[in-house]
Amino acid sequence: MKQTSGFISTYSADAFGVCSALYELGGMIVMHDASGCNSTYTTHDEPRWYDMDSMVYISALTEIEAIMGDDSKLIEDVVRAAEELHPKFIAIVGTTIPAMTGFDADAASRVIEERTGIPTFGFATTGMKSYVHGASLAFETLANIIVNQNRKDNVAESTMPKINILGLTPLDFSVNGSDKSIKEYYRSKGYEIISTWAMGSTLDEIKKSADADLNIVVSETGMGVALKLKEKFGTPYKIGISLAGEEIDVTDEYQESINEHNLIDFFEGKINNVSDKENKAYNEDNPEILIMGERVNSLSLAKYLSNKTGKKCYGYATTDSDEDEIIDTIKSLDNLQVIIADPLFKPILKLIDKSKAQKIKFISLPHEAFSGRLYRNEIPNLVENTNMLLELL
Amino acid sequence: MLKKLGEHEITEKGAVIRMGDAKFPAPFTGGLEYASPARGTWNIVHTGMLIPEAHEIFVCAASCLRGVVLTAAEMNALDRFSTVEVKENNLLDGNLEELLIDGVSDIINKLEKRPPAVLVYTSCVHHFTGCDWGVMFGALKERFPDIDIIDCYMNPTLRKSGLTPDQTMRRQMYALLKPRTINKNAVAIIGNDLPTRENSDLYITLKNYGLKIHEITSCRTYAGYQEMAESSLYITYYPAAKAGGDALAKRLGGKHIYLPYSWDYDEITEALNILKYECAKTLDEGIEKNIDKIEECEKSFEKTLALIGETPIAIDYTFCPRPTSVAKQLLMHGFNVKRIYLDSFTGEEKKDYEYLKENYPDLELYATVDVKSRFMASSSREKLGATNISNSDNEKSASDKWLAIGQKAAYFLDTDYFVNIVEGGGMFGFEAITDTLELMRDAYENPKEMRKLVQIKGMGCGSCCIG
Repeated sequence: MKQTSGFISTYSADAFGVCSALYELGGMIVMHDASGCNSTYTTHDEPRWYDMDSMVYISALTEIEAIMGDDSKLIEDVVRAAEELHPKFIAIVGTTIPAMTGFDADAASRVIEERTGIPTFGFATTGMKSYVHGASLAFETLANIIVNQNRKDNVAESTMPKINILGLTPLDFSVNGSDKSIKEYYRSKGYEIISTWAMGSTLDEIKKSADADLNIVVSETGMGVALKLKEKFGTPYKIGISLAGEEIDVTDEYQESINEHNLIDFFEGKINNVSDKENKAYNEDNPEILIMGERVNSLSLAKYLSNKTGKKCYGYATTDSDEDEIIDTIKSLDNLQVIIADPLFKPILKLIDKSKAQKIKFISLPHEAFSGRLYRNEIPNLVENTNMLLELL
Repeated sequence: MLKKLGEHEITEKGAVIRMGDAKFPAPFTGGLEYASPARGTWNIVHTGMLIPEAHEIFVCAASCLRGVVLTAAEMNALDRFSTVEVKENNLLDGNLEELLIDGVSDIINKLEKRPPAVLVYTSCVHHFTGCDWGVMFGALKERFPDIDIIDCYMNPTLRKSGLTPDQTMRRQMYALLKPRTINKNAVAIIGNDLPTRENSDLYITLKNYGLKIHEITSCRTYAGYQEMAESSLYITYYPAAKAGGDALAKRLGGKHIYLPYSWDYDEITEALNILKYECAKTLDEGIEKNIDKIEECEKSFEKTLALIGETPIAIDYTFCPRPTSVAKQLLMHGFNVKRIYLDSFTGEEKKDYEYLKENYPDLELYATVDVKSRFMASSSREKLGATNISNSDNEKSASDKWLAIGQKAAYFLDTDYFVNIVEGGGMFGFEAITDTLELMRDAYENPKEMRKLVQIKGMGCGSCCIG
């Protein structure tokens, strides 16, 4: 495998996933990096950057600090900034060069926490995995450290079933109102929402997550924390997003699509992806419609469109696939008529047989985690309305 | 107070300093850094695309690829851009050289059209793992003898070690030029992202001598780019291009002169005299008489001041290479320059720094990357009571009106009244003064959609980069 992308974009990276997941919670997030990570994340992957105050920074790592393994500058700079900004927590986020030099994010975090008295977490991200991994790590850390460890049973003030919504970040849902629509949907069904991880919730709301009766996982970034909350509090979870007012439950399809053992390894950072199993996603035999993108969204849309159109659909998780794998998958689908994917996937059609490519209709469904801000205004709120897709099919 | 976060007040302390108290060249204490949304300056993707028909291949980790691939996508140049992703296994296996050679080869072989040149960008990981550039690029050149392959660098960790990535890029983008017979009637302006304005003293002087002017921004084909190598004189006026000019003259045999950007009349005159001397020497002709444009500048200052009056002005370092020189001249002419947004002074600014420190000690310097800079723009918005930022209907009272020269100043002050220019905008000489003053008058009277404009990466790159 040459790990090449001759023609397509690349998914947002793990470090940015951490930042996106923690953005709204009042913490100070420091990417231990020289320069580029901050501008890349804030320019392309963070639609809240202009309007919503936050404390996302880089350490401005230099060659000499990297070579000498000098973590003291990072620690001093973080402590000084924390003393002035008073964040609710501090996150130290690894990137590629610290990963190479063996930077110990946990150890640095412990020193910083001791000196500032502010809860501090280290993330051993490497800049070499996808945002799914980073956001998962961030959410799992919140579950371990921030969430109140005592579940409040039989809360008298409400008889409504209580839920958390897990895996909400602009990388998968942009800022087009999808997050609010998801909440509205569940409220309309009689649920009380304890927290949304992590758009539209405060850190205090997140802390109460153990009180929920059910967790709803709306993207793969929420899977790690769902498993964690199940392990700690026994809270069951459902996977899937609601589309045009219909709840799509893909819990079985998700679990069929991956290996449970792999999943745990993945969220613990031991393996890079969970797409090793041949049947990667909701994969009907000989599908006519291929939906590429984030796993839970793709599976949900595949199931929804299959119900609506009667056509065979395949939800394909591409967040950890490279160009060659994707091309091979497309080539292997003999009856393929439609691809629904981010517009930056379209050039890939150049790499398959011309006669086959001509028969495939490409429907653009922009995904912030792939094309960044480029098509942000065109990202539809499918939770609210799917007509734009149905009309094109 | 800049902002109240919870129970705590955030002040500007540390992110702003009086000129009279500022140290040279680093007025602020370094630390964690913030990145503002003002993105108009060019990056190494934009600059590399100036080489006509060339294909860029970046070899790095996903987090680094993310920014560059989307830069290329935003400039609609993905067809000239590819990537090879470095993964953890490559670091563990120590096969980065193999990955680069095989990955680049794979991409070149897949391209529909064979490019005449390929720019291969390595990253910090190649440097830290001790990769052998001779092996990597030797193998590629052997595999693709019909393609000019050049090493380029995205290594920000090394930004304080020798040449910066920006300086290196401006050197490497001319490293593909092949020696040819020198034409004494040809000159090249080197290292700019934006074309030199044809009304600039620099351009007019060269034209007056009847010289053929090469500039990468006007090259439309790779063959046309190669013609730059015929130049007898290489001229740079953007500081980051200086090292590239030196390297080029040494390699190809022409002469390099560096003419510093300035708003100081004496410095401009001196720079133009050097230019005329070199042109005359090359052509064996007499030195053209100086055209005195100082009076024209003075009239323009007067006209602009009459319009702008006491309106507070802020300048930032992305506007031009020497914001202190601009501030000095404006202050000397009675303008109400209140702030300069910069994080450090360049060596060329020493004289401006000393003058401003002595004569305008209350001038404020604002950092742009300080952790507190994060809250400056939102604080400005809140002070102005703007709920819909940069909406053209959003009228701000006259007393709140700032005129910004540069995108970052406009962003931090949340003003739609700004001069939207980066990297000097191709201006040089007395015209840099008169053209900027004209842009200031326009900016004062005609608000722009600041929020939308400043977030566009690589201002002007769409019209410069030819596929």
